[in-house]
Amino acid sequence: MSVLVLVEVEEGRTSLVSREALTFARALGAGDVHAVVVGAASAATVADCRDAGVAVVHEAVDPALDRYAAAAWAAVVEAAGRAARADLVVAPGTGRGNEVLAHVAARRGLQMAANVVSVTSLAPLVVERQVVGGAALERATVSSRVRLLTMAGHAVEPSPAATPGEARVSPLAVPVDPRDMRAQVVRVERREKGDSAGLAGARVVVGAGRGAGGPDGFAAVDALAERLGGAVGVSRVVTSLGWRPHHEQVGQTGSRIAPDLYLACGISGSIQHWAGCASSRTIIAVNTDAEAPMVTKADYAVIGDMHEVLPAVLDELG
Amino acid sequence: MSNVLVCVKRVPDPTGEVVLTPDGMRVDGRFAGYTTSPHEEAAVALAVAVAEASEGTVTVLSVGPPESIEQIRAALAVGGTDGILVEADSDLLGPADVAAAIAEAVQARQAAGTTYDLVLLGNDAADTGDFQVGVRLSYLLDRPVVAGIQTVEVDGDVATLRGEGPEGTEVYEVTLPAVATVLEGGVTPRYPSVMGRMRAKKAEVETRTWSGSPAGSGREALVVPEPPPSQVTVLGEGAAAAPALVAVLRELKVVQR
Amino acid sequence: MAPLPSSARCVVIGAGIVGNSLVHHLAELGWTDIVQLDKGPLPNPGGSTGHASNFIFPVDHSREFADITLDSVRQYEELGVFTQSGGYEVARTEERMEELRRRMSSAKAWGIPAELVTPEQVAEKVPFLDPSVIIGAAWFPTVGVVDSLRAGTIFRERAVERGALTTVPNVEVTGMEVVDGRIRAVETNQGRIEADTVVVACGVWSPRIARMAGAHIPLTPAVHQMISVGPCEVLAERPGEISYPIVRDMDTFCYERQHGSDMEVGSYAHRPILWDPDDIPSIEQAKLSPTEMPFTEDDFDPQLEQALELMPELLGDERAEIRYAINGLLSLTPDGYPILGETPEVKGLWSAAAVWIKEGPGTARAVAEWMTHGNPEIDLGHSDIARFHPHQRTRAHVRARTSEAFNKTYGIVHPGEQWSSNRNVRLAPMHASQRDLGAVFFETAGWERPHWYESNAGLVEEYGDACMPREHEWDARWWSPVINAEHLRMREAAGLVDLSAFAIFDVVGPRALEAVQRIIVAQADVRVGRVVYTPVLDERGGFRSDLTVMRLAHDRFRVVTGGAHGMADKKWFADRMPEDGGAVVVDLTSSWTTIGLWGPRALDIVSSVTDADLSPSGLGFGSCREIEVGGLHVLASRISYVGEFGWELYTPMEAGAALWARLLEAGTPHGMVPVGIGVYGTTGRLEKGYRAYGTELDTERTLMETGMSRAKWKDQDFLGKDAVLAQAGEPPKTVLCSLTVDDHTSASGRKRYMLGGEPILTRDGGTLTDGHGRHPYVTTAGSAPSLGKHVLMAFLPPDAAVLGNELAVSYMEELYPVTVAAVDATPLFDPGNERIRGLA
Repeated sequence: MSVLVLVEVEEGRTSLVSREALTFARALGAGDVHAVVVGAASAATVADCRDAGVAVVHEAVDPALDRYAAAAWAAVVEAAGRAARADLVVAPGTGRGNEVLAHVAARRGLQMAANVVSVTSLAPLVVERQVVGGAALERATVSSRVRLLTMAGHAVEPSPAATPGEARVSPLAVPVDPRDMRAQVVRVERREKGDSAGLAGARVVVGAGRGAGGPDGFAAVDALAERLGGAVGVSRVVTSLGWRPHHEQVGQTGSRIAPDLYLACGISGSIQHWAGCASSRTIIAVNTDAEAPMVTKADYAVIGDMHEVLPAVLDELG
Repeated sequence: MSNVLVCVKRVPDPTGEVVLTPDGMRVDGRFAGYTTSPHEEAAVALAVAVAEASEGTVTVLSVGPPESIEQIRAALAVGGTDGILVEADSDLLGPADVAAAIAEAVQARQAAGTTYDLVLLGNDAADTGDFQVGVRLSYLLDRPVVAGIQTVEVDGDVATLRGEGPEGTEVYEVTLPAVATVLEGGVTPRYPSVMGRMRAKKAEVETRTWSGSPAGSGREALVVPEPPPSQVTVLGEGAAAAPALVAVLRELKVVQR
Repeated sequence: MAPLPSSARCVVIGAGIVGNSLVHHLAELGWTDIVQLDKGPLPNPGGSTGHASNFIFPVDHSREFADITLDSVRQYEELGVFTQSGGYEVARTEERMEELRRRMSSAKAWGIPAELVTPEQVAEKVPFLDPSVIIGAAWFPTVGVVDSLRAGTIFRERAVERGALTTVPNVEVTGMEVVDGRIRAVETNQGRIEADTVVVACGVWSPRIARMAGAHIPLTPAVHQMISVGPCEVLAERPGEISYPIVRDMDTFCYERQHGSDMEVGSYAHRPILWDPDDIPSIEQAKLSPTEMPFTEDDFDPQLEQALELMPELLGDERAEIRYAINGLLSLTPDGYPILGETPEVKGLWSAAAVWIKEGPGTARAVAEWMTHGNPEIDLGHSDIARFHPHQRTRAHVRARTSEAFNKTYGIVHPGEQWSSNRNVRLAPMHASQRDLGAVFFETAGWERPHWYESNAGLVEEYGDACMPREHEWDARWWSPVINAEHLRMREAAGLVDLSAFAIFDVVGPRALEAVQRIIVAQADVRVGRVVYTPVLDERGGFRSDLTVMRLAHDRFRVVTGGAHGMADKKWFADRMPEDGGAVVVDLTSSWTTIGLWGPRALDIVSSVTDADLSPSGLGFGSCREIEVGGLHVLASRISYVGEFGWELYTPMEAGAALWARLLEAGTPHGMVPVGIGVYGTTGRLEKGYRAYGTELDTERTLMETGMSRAKWKDQDFLGKDAVLAQAGEPPKTVLCSLTVDDHTSASGRKRYMLGGEPILTRDGGTLTDGHGRHPYVTTAGSAPSLGKHVLMAFLPPDAAVLGNELAVSYMEELYPVTVAAVDATPLFDPGNERIRGLA
């Protein structure tokens, strides 16, 4: 019996979440850890696997697999699972990890648990996994012959094994079924700089609320958004008062945003507004009121008038 | 003409703090209310756009309790044509069961003469987050499937689907009929108009049941972890805090030059 | 975070429109060291204020509401947060047009600009309204919208500027400390604050907070549905939040209110959806805010259709989306009035709850005055928290009445309309007999009181036109000519009246005389066995009550007052008892029932069942004595509210049915009939010019103005004495008069009868204004069958209060001639009071 881990490769190396999955698989103590890589396993990847205690690295090399097709990847995982005699398959909880394992589950009639954070029992297999967007955990049993799990990101810290694994590279001969290539990536459109996907897709959003003071109070906000290559988002009161157009509204009744940075200026942070911006990775609040909810819920805050703070920030940025 | 089937799930609104039922087995939506998963709202918007472009139809399907009619009507209000409610206790169904229930409804329609060229679902439900129903459905229907797409264009019997991949926007071209699961972000879901709401009220919704027996979800219990306390770092007051703020911006790598 | 102080002079719980306005007004009145708490963040802590539609229609049938609303508007204007938009109430039916005419009357009476307009006139100002859907409308130019959150912020800032206020948001009240019936401290999740004055201004959460102290604030959170549709092109063309008048679609119980480029449609048409304060989610649990509950679409769909009918192009635009839809929670009370004042259960614990945006600042000012001076400038009698009887504080009562009232928000409510829910709560001991007699029951304070008896219907034929039948259904609704027939029979023979609803309490103890003497205007130091009718005044000489006091012993006074106002009176007395316990108030309401027997044959009747000498000289007017009637123990008190010789006969509750039966049996051969409250409360008293508390008498009226001044004031001090002496030296600013209607014929030829609330104008329709700046309106209207006249009471400007002065009353937008028939308390019927004295 062994645990098979689907390893995703990023810029020639084992991705962070894949190393997390390897660490997790090893910690289960449910047998040897095998890895499966679609495409040739680079030396770096094999080294990562060795460090992580992997016994065997199964690689599937076929020009047909150069283009991503989830079903074809699933066929590779199936073949690796057979080769490894795995009764547990783990993948990172990425878009691909979830997609590929869902294919395996559907093809083999197996059960799958997504976004697992921990295993509380191996026999029967009981996992804890994130549900409701991570706001709650579900304890669930996974009871098929072979069990499929994807790992929630950052549930474990990747660490090297006490004893490195053999990491023997074992080629898999998987004939690619044309039916599995019916849905394949035909091309990738690389992102270009400055190609803003609008407010909802912006990497940076500079927000402004009542603190802007009036329709003329957005100059620094606009300038900073442009300087950071981001978009402007406003609170409901701002659009209600007609200071800015509705399509800029962030909140329950406007756009929901999930940027890397939300810089909320002069926004008190009503519940409705929060619903629209809570998914931001980092929130910085600029507000005169140190007790405003936007401030207390933010990661960083500057206490002060946005009309003083923002020009200073623009100066500082040069 | 494209006929699109879009599948929506009634879920407790996920924006507030999660409240559990006393038995800890379900999320209680009495405070926040119930809604359609955001991914599925996007799927509905895409389905309507596809149907409008080709003068096709959009059938809205939901597997769930009788109250799921509200989510079907909400989708009908923004452009859906008709609905199918597969009545079931969602809590007893796992993703394989839901896929089977949808497949049975699709096949029944097919037998009655309606083929859905495209079946759209959410990438994952806002409550259970299983990531499986669309993929499982595609195998039951023997159709190609793409997960996590954000836009759809249909030209004849080929659908061009786009989604975000690790290196950029991945483009798929699949021959219809096909299945796709949708992630929000590529399209802004519409709110219903008054007229839309009135049409939805009058639109036809077929109610049916699933003949299979559920395998279940394996759920033992739900728990809500404690929310983290406020961890704000105050960078300073007024204009004097600008350097500290800019330092954070640089650390976050959002300053491009 | 501002740290939580450990003590304060006053803690105000709640930072909605009420709490915010209140801290400002308290600071204005000199309060310092005020601490304001709220569970939520500022400026929108998540209560009803945060999702209010924020528009104000100043018109209301209630003067109390109208005055408070006008004051609120003045305050909003002063803050610069009021935008006048004008507003229409549109009618789709003739019945509604009639109601709008009645609203014209109220508007004129309270001095609010208003006019009736045609559908086309509405469409001129509201071009997106389809005029073919309506038949007319009322136009209120002073309607407007406010920014209630901004108002709150400014109010708080002003109090802070005065150095009077510390506001601590995000702190939750977890308990109340009460010691010996007094509030001592408020407990929170951030510590304890000592304070001997605490105000509960927490809207829908108020019952929950009050209960922590053992007090009751009987309101319920209830859903008001609202959606926002937009962006609407036509609305977006004009700048600002509002540039079109607000439309109240009265027949569909809906409103349409522009909000920037959106149109908000709100409804009071859906089924009543009540919440329990304990079931309201926390801020974290709620999707939007705790008081913006998930929208239930099915409830709103019919309204959507009706709104679309009215504004087809605007709302039918496919590009206009329903972006926001809530089941918003607001506060409803069993009688529709706010809940204000110090709780009867806990000293120092005040309520300022169930107040809507349109009343917020005005109410807060009044409550602040009340807290500071003991009395608000505007009479808040209807809103006094002390008004509730115990059964009215029950959850069942609150839910039943608010459910019934919800759809009346925009409904056509007849002034005499009775509640249908939660009836038969308090039954008189003779109730079964009354039912057998075909009594038509009206409710007062939970008591089922016969308004008239169908068993007397035969008398209507006997008296014919003297019963003054009413032709118009509206005028005759909740009324019967039997009332007038009973009246005539009482004047001719005798009437038996069930007065079980009286509130009765004794003031007992060695210092009882001193306590009563201080409270009442009349001389309390009378011989045992005297009955004194007396006003009760506040410090400014305004009426707190009028009631009778019987001295039963040197140390025992029995106070008898109306049921409706009894609980407030009891608190007024109880609050003024000596601290040392030398006198106490004991409630005996449930111990005694009262039966009134009055009329020319009363003595004959009672003499057949008693040996006691109840002749005019045997028991003089204003005297009481314990006697035996029909073998039962009775306290007979010789007074009258109907202008006839007779008595109030008090007997233990359990003997009430027997006394009633024996008197009924004894009286029938003499022509006596049972007589309902229609006679006792209206026709009998109107003919005698008797004033009633709550209609003619309230804290804004004085003895001089009501013609109840005295030639001589007792030497002892009493509440309001200084004010009374000052007022006595000045000419009154307004004078309570009785008027008779000279001609009832309307333009249609049908005779119309006013019901109360109508404006009094000059004969040609000109406005009258008294020394307070008020316009006269009818306080009580009713038949005076013995005079063959319809009588109105109204406060007139002194120069119009002239006997024989010819004026007019406006009813349903038509003028009817009236003549001033009395300019003081002189009775129109039997002015010499010979009947009461037993001389007739």
